[in-house]
Amino acid sequence: MRASITSAAKDRILVLDGAMGTMIQRHSLQESDFRGERFLDHSHPLKGNNDLLALTRPDVLRDIHDAYFEAGADIAETNTFSSTTIAQADYGLESAVEDLNFASARIARESADHWTALNPEKPRFVAGSVGPTNRTASISPDVNDPGYRAVTFQELVTAYTQQMVALIQGGVDALLIETVFDTLNAKAALFAAEEAFDITGQPVPIMVSGTITDASGRTLSGQTAEAFWVSMSHAPLFSIGLNCALGATQLIPHLEALSNVSNCGISAHPNAGLPNEMGEYDQGPEDMAKQLQPFLDKGLVNVLGGCCGTTPDHIRAIANLVQGQAPRRFQAKGSPAVTPSSPNSSAS
Amino acid sequence: MNKAAPLLSLSGLEPLWVTPQTNFINIGERTNVTGSRKFLRLVKEDRFEEAVEVAREQVEGGAQILDVNMDEGLLDSAACMRRFLNLIAAEPDIARIPVMIDSSKWEVIVEGLQCIQGKGVVNSISLKGGEQEFLEQAKTIRRYGAAVVVMAFDETGQADNYTRRIEICERAYRLLTEKAGFDPRDIIFDPNIFPVATGMEEHRLNALDFFQATRWIRTHLPGAHVSGGVSNVSFSFRGNPVVREAMHSAFLYHGIREGMDMGIVNPSMLGVYDDIPSDLLERVEDVLLNRNDEATERLIEFAEGLKGQSGTTFKKDESWRQMPVRERIEHALVKGIAEHIETDIAEIFADIGSPLKVIEGPLMDGMNVVGDLFGSGKMFLPQVVKSARVMKKAVGWLTPHLEAAAEGERQKAGKILLATVKGDVHDIGKNIVGVVLGCNDYDVIDLGVMVPKEKILDAAVEHNVDVVGLSGLITPSLDEMVDVAKEMKSRGMTIPLLIGGATTSRVHTAVKIAPERQAPVVHVNDASRAVPVVGQLMGKESKEPYVANILADQSKVRENYARDRQRKTLLPLQDARRKADVISAQRTFDSNCCPAPNKPGIHVMANLSIAELREVIDWSPFFRSWGLHGKYPELLDDHIIGEEAKKLKVDANAMLDQMEAENALQCQAVFGVFPASRIGDDVSLETGHTLHFLRQQSPHGQSSLADFIAPASTPGLKRDHIGAFCVTAGHGLDEWCKPFKADDDDYSEILAKALADRLAEAAAEWLHREVRMNHWGYAPNEKLQNGDLIAEKYRGIRPAPGYPACPDHQEKQTLWELLDVEKHIGVTLTESLAMWPAASVSGYYFAHPDASYFGLGKILPDQLSDYASRRGQNETDTARWLSPVLLDQPDNSHTNDSK
Repeated sequence: MRASITSAAKDRILVLDGAMGTMIQRHSLQESDFRGERFLDHSHPLKGNNDLLALTRPDVLRDIHDAYFEAGADIAETNTFSSTTIAQADYGLESAVEDLNFASARIARESADHWTALNPEKPRFVAGSVGPTNRTASISPDVNDPGYRAVTFQELVTAYTQQMVALIQGGVDALLIETVFDTLNAKAALFAAEEAFDITGQPVPIMVSGTITDASGRTLSGQTAEAFWVSMSHAPLFSIGLNCALGATQLIPHLEALSNVSNCGISAHPNAGLPNEMGEYDQGPEDMAKQLQPFLDKGLVNVLGGCCGTTPDHIRAIANLVQGQAPRRFQAKGSPAVTPSSPNSSAS
Repeated sequence: MNKAAPLLSLSGLEPLWVTPQTNFINIGERTNVTGSRKFLRLVKEDRFEEAVEVAREQVEGGAQILDVNMDEGLLDSAACMRRFLNLIAAEPDIARIPVMIDSSKWEVIVEGLQCIQGKGVVNSISLKGGEQEFLEQAKTIRRYGAAVVVMAFDETGQADNYTRRIEICERAYRLLTEKAGFDPRDIIFDPNIFPVATGMEEHRLNALDFFQATRWIRTHLPGAHVSGGVSNVSFSFRGNPVVREAMHSAFLYHGIREGMDMGIVNPSMLGVYDDIPSDLLERVEDVLLNRNDEATERLIEFAEGLKGQSGTTFKKDESWRQMPVRERIEHALVKGIAEHIETDIAEIFADIGSPLKVIEGPLMDGMNVVGDLFGSGKMFLPQVVKSARVMKKAVGWLTPHLEAAAEGERQKAGKILLATVKGDVHDIGKNIVGVVLGCNDYDVIDLGVMVPKEKILDAAVEHNVDVVGLSGLITPSLDEMVDVAKEMKSRGMTIPLLIGGATTSRVHTAVKIAPERQAPVVHVNDASRAVPVVGQLMGKESKEPYVANILADQSKVRENYARDRQRKTLLPLQDARRKADVISAQRTFDSNCCPAPNKPGIHVMANLSIAELREVIDWSPFFRSWGLHGKYPELLDDHIIGEEAKKLKVDANAMLDQMEAENALQCQAVFGVFPASRIGDDVSLETGHTLHFLRQQSPHGQSSLADFIAPASTPGLKRDHIGAFCVTAGHGLDEWCKPFKADDDDYSEILAKALADRLAEAAAEWLHREVRMNHWGYAPNEKLQNGDLIAEKYRGIRPAPGYPACPDHQEKQTLWELLDVEKHIGVTLTESLAMWPAASVSGYYFAHPDASYFGLGKILPDQLSDYASRRGQNETDTARWLSPVLLDQPDNSHTNDSK
């Protein structure tokens, strides 16, 4: 039987892996790599559709997972950020979605199992990455009708359920609903998760990670970090946190706000600093680790990793940083005891 | 959290924490078609914009949760619920608070739950349809993440007494917490508020039973809350606001004391408990608490006397309406208030007269404030979008006037094409820009995502757009944008290009994209800036200065960027010297390469012949100084400037003839070749003088002029030499120009000065040849035409202090001492180390075959400090003279005109 990610999180701070896109870019893949044989005659250009590599260049993904595990990551994220019918519609690849999720989950699973076998003392996990899609359920893209929506809750639930079922069947240990810029999309994902658990009969821990884009400290859809937590709090979350958009230092106040009010684990996977003028993330591993030190000093996190621009070297630096550090206590400060339905409330 | 643990958490855009300190949560009830005839009418007549204003009034009036109810037989309640919730989601000041989805129809509730990003409340479910239905609904609500109001209602009907109320509530509580997995804090009981003082005996206990049931629930069902529709209690006093307000206030006063912690209340129908006149209060409380048998009679009797009086109606804050009209417009844009904007626009239009000026003036000013607030984190995106919609309304009002001004041919403000570039599927930011521009009367053509450059530009031509906007989020999109810019250039397109998206930046745009085309490329850092940017690019008067500004800014950005890059790439002085040493070690320093002079010592030539000098004049710079660019003599035949150049040449020759005939200018020279050796980056002369040179710190070159002189004790070489010179053609020029000055003959005066400059340069060139062939004599057989001289096809160089290879003007002082220039030929140095007369040239001679000109480039602080100490000067003074070559030197007072 596999070790459980929730029990591992009680003993130590878990290290999430780093950027997938940054690593894929290093391979300088061409259109033909993305197409492989299966999509040789596909109607749309496919270069840049990173998720597709699960089917056409699985070796590249396996190498990346291995590199992150080698660097000390506890959790690998599947390469499925955009593997929903909604996000794949731009490539005309809706029909490949189930295969993408299943294959990506398998690749990460095999890598994780390989590394667990090498060192059973440090079991490795796979989190199924569930991205926000490229549509917003609570913002209108139509000039003339603020009431219009380009995607409905039900459409999102359908797409997410399909993705999550395939991820669970592919063997993920958890679902990571990440880079949430519109909370209604994430609520649909949480709804879908329960549907997927019903369908597969295999509930897995849920991790949620929002993204704060504005200088005002709000999500794209306008919520504060605290309101975001409240909107997610009905689900039995393993963790809530923030990723992308900001570097480590900028993330701290918002993470503190979340940490103060939530009763589950706290995760953070910031970018390698802010992108420089040329759109590159140039914060080095040591710099990033230095910026993450306050996260530990303040006892802010249970899961720590990297988003855009991070590499195995960054993850290695983070893994060294958290070594021997106590994880954050799961219970929020002053959170009341009356929570019969919340499975994590007694996890501290 | 550091405050007490929440008893209930709800959210809109912001959280709502119910804590033990929270007295009472006030639920706005006017957005309810069953309770507000006005709201019903607005929804029925499809006047949703006004219906949204009702919601805003509720929030401004202090509602902490917004109850929305669309239950009316003739409405498509589910569709209305969706439409209304979506609309208020676009109103940040309303969406701030949580929503209560109020319906007796399950499908309407589900519809509502699918529209709210926050954690709201469902109002309501009950055991009316049995346990199974109740549990299913409860589980679904939990899955959607909402709290729930449970009506005290079961299979047999509504609870109408104390016992039934507590029985039903307890049963529901057990089911919810034990079978549906509900957090008890998310349960809100509504134990039914019924009218009192109806005259019917069985209604006498209605209020009291509610109070007692409330206390029981709060005591026995931990975590659960109690709410209710307060206005029901005064149902029998419709038309009598004074009594109703008093009843509501008194009811709440007692309800809250018993544990009622939220309620649906119309704040405009609520007075302050302490302000209720004591005679009225006594009668109201008699009724509510059923204190005596005559209570109803007495209140009805008392109420008769109060009919027709108006209550203490709540007024929303309209004080901003007192501000001047421009400020009102700004306020409306910043706050996103559409209500009065048309009135205000009408007012300012009457004042300004031009619809366009209203847009470009007060409206654009307001949007700029919005942009500033967003940029500094004081507004968030949904608020910006809301501001844009107010703008849309304002422009909408102006449109007929714009049409009239354009004589019926109404044109949109402009046509903008937007696209996410190839390889990128992110378009949320682009869509928001589209919305904001659309709201500002621009015609937006959105090509969507993953659009190849050919398609973007074809569409731009086809639709004849005014501006193209590119968006992208991922890093590779940056290169794609560069390609679009290139393609625009090769197609000769001159319309402005806008760049936006998360990884784009002002610097990338300036450094990588803008240089690819001659037309403007503007980085738009967020959606709130799109309108002002496009507005200025499209404005007839604003465009030119705006573009000039952008170009100036971008060139500054490029300079800074290059400087930063250099800072990162420049070599430390030690490293530069080490690299240079490797090259120097391979350089030959023997008697061929380092010849001794035929005629050592200092020589003076007091009267060079103009006739001889004019033969070696380099004419190209002469014409250039008159704005005639080109290479001499070809430019004389140029079909545009050739005629002008020929005329000028004729005049120049005529004046030279005259100068020559009258010996008007005394052309003089002083020079010498001295034994010298290199010590580090200095050259030490046997005369005791030391010349200081600087070294390149670029990774691509580490030259110093000192490198062309042999180090002391070079094997096989006795000693090396360096030359120095100064020539002038300026003596007599002032005298010569006097008659021109007297005649105000600027042309002749300028011509004379330009010729003197040329003669000085020619003297330097002539003298250099003289020195090479005779005095130094290392090239006695040199046979070069004038063109070859100009092209410097000879061995040796004559760099001048203040020029790119040796930019320190201070070194002239050493030359002056060495050659005693002032005494020999009367040329002096001014305070800023310029030569006087100006028509003079000075410099060094290097004879080594490898000697060549180069530009020093920028130097690091390590060399500044090394150089200052070699000169024995403090660093600040040195820095002042070297400022043009220092990386960070804001003071450019001593600019270095390059050769």
